[in-house]
Amino acid sequence: MTAIMKRDFRSYFNSMTGYIYVACIVLVTGIYFMAYNLVYGHPYFAMVVNAIPLIYSVGIPILTMKSFAEERRTKTDQMLLTYPVPVGQIVLGKFFAVMGVVLIPILISCICPLIISLCGVGHPATDYASLLAFYILCGMYVSIGLFVSSLTENQIISAVISFVALMILYLWDSLVDYIPTKPVANFVGVIIMAILITLVVYSLSKNRLLTLIVAVVLVGAAVIAYLIRPFLFFGFLQGLFGTFSCISVLTNFTTYSVFDIGGLFLFLSVTAMFLFLTCQVIQKRRWN
Amino acid sequence: MIEVRDLVKRYGDHTAVDHLDFTVEDGQIYGFLGPNGAGKSTTMNIMTGYISPTSGSVLINGHDVTDEPEAAKACIGYLPEVPPLYPDMTVREYLSFAADLKRIPKASREGEVDRVIQATHIEAMENRLTANLSKGYRQRVGVAQAILGSPSIIILDEPTIGLDPTQILEMRDLIRSLAKEHTVIISSHILAEIQAVCDHVLIINRGKFVASGTLSELETQMTSASVSVTVRSADPSPVAAVLGAIPGVEGVETLPSPEGETALSLAIEKGSDIREDVFRACVEHGFPLLMLSAGETSLEQVFLELVKEADAK
Repeated sequence: MTAIMKRDFRSYFNSMTGYIYVACIVLVTGIYFMAYNLVYGHPYFAMVVNAIPLIYSVGIPILTMKSFAEERRTKTDQMLLTYPVPVGQIVLGKFFAVMGVVLIPILISCICPLIISLCGVGHPATDYASLLAFYILCGMYVSIGLFVSSLTENQIISAVISFVALMILYLWDSLVDYIPTKPVANFVGVIIMAILITLVVYSLSKNRLLTLIVAVVLVGAAVIAYLIRPFLFFGFLQGLFGTFSCISVLTNFTTYSVFDIGGLFLFLSVTAMFLFLTCQVIQKRRWN
Repeated sequence: MIEVRDLVKRYGDHTAVDHLDFTVEDGQIYGFLGPNGAGKSTTMNIMTGYISPTSGSVLINGHDVTDEPEAAKACIGYLPEVPPLYPDMTVREYLSFAADLKRIPKASREGEVDRVIQATHIEAMENRLTANLSKGYRQRVGVAQAILGSPSIIILDEPTIGLDPTQILEMRDLIRSLAKEHTVIISSHILAEIQAVCDHVLIINRGKFVASGTLSELETQMTSASVSVTVRSADPSPVAAVLGAIPGVEGVETLPSPEGETALSLAIEKGSDIREDVFRACVEHGFPLLMLSAGETSLEQVFLELVKEADAK
């Protein structure tokens, strides 16, 4: 794992990618810091942390795009996969390599709260907790980028799809607001989700009986619940999808100074899930 | 020792490897021979755990590649068709990385890298980026990473492809020197390559087993003996009649020849030599003998015949 981590980390700085990434992120963070804290005089650096996920959503796909796509294109994956190294360690090695690069601009921005404290009253606890939460959120972004990279041989496709995925995550709250709240609409939405789950179960198990049981249970439960208490469906989907809002977790740290452990748990579990899926994609390819 | 048991690999409807079954004993140089697309690389990729078989199993020194991938992979050094080099690393950096991945202890890592650099004669290139190496050197660095850590089995997929004649000779020497300590498996679609270095040959075509054995076994098994004769005679039929009557001749075939000459190929029993009888018969009947030679089918012909036969099935 450490061998792959070291190699990948170094490879970012053997090419221009690493330098350009760090420079651009530091520049944008600096601009926000200047505008919010230095010029406008806001005492919380956390305000900046609240604003920078956007630039990281652009930057992280550029780091992760090559992780697996490039290896496959140049066939160096043949080396990694025929060496006595478990796939999980390959994925973790690549993950921590990108996390190392991501850490650099975050460490640099750790100076900013100190500057604020020097110039007046700072709030280092909120600021550093926000940076920590944001770094963990970055881990989630990286895991999504790695997953997308493992799906394709083309770096550009990998970068664009990861960027779109991270953009959707960034806009998650506003998108959730567009989901209708009426019980009928939510009922239809739940039925569609039940059908999707059934299809997934079928494609995984190829077992008709199991699929039928799942379909009957899910659809039946939804129909019965709707007939007895239609009001249960009011805003159901909004509530369901709203729990996956990452930016609102970050806002808890930055704006409300709340150390949201549940939110961090969400970040870490999504990260773990995507790293696991990445391993599965790589394993599965061997069987095709 | 490698045991391949009833190996099958299907891609959709296409069967790349079709029930292959063979064993490679320790200390052999084992050659995989087959035309392009025969399934050589697929089989090697399965043996090294890069892809998984649809059914069947591969045991490397007793470890199943699918069930105990790490133990099995630790016994193998593999050079794939395309040497898996990272273009942004120098040769030394690359080999150190490979040594690290193979879990060679840090203390002996540098020494081990030095050893493989010397064994593959790439000392002059060790500080160059692998992106800037010529094909021959890339191939050698590929071999260097395969033999790093002295795995007991070394698998080389088309190791001489794209090399110039001098480099091919060097590569063959290298393969022979590896065979002193390792079991070596190489693949090629060129018979001369296999003939030059291998003890044992496995011929496959379209994923199917065609023949296997030592080179001499295959030769005796497959070659049919023949004698070719050229005499000065405008009409081939009396010559064919006379020579066909010699005891031991199983068949006579007229070969194309210049005007006024008759060229014949006499099929004979394996191991017999009738050249003297042919000479006497020619003298007796007054056919001026121009040429007489014992013909042998080369292994090249055997290979082509076997592949053709398999195709016909």
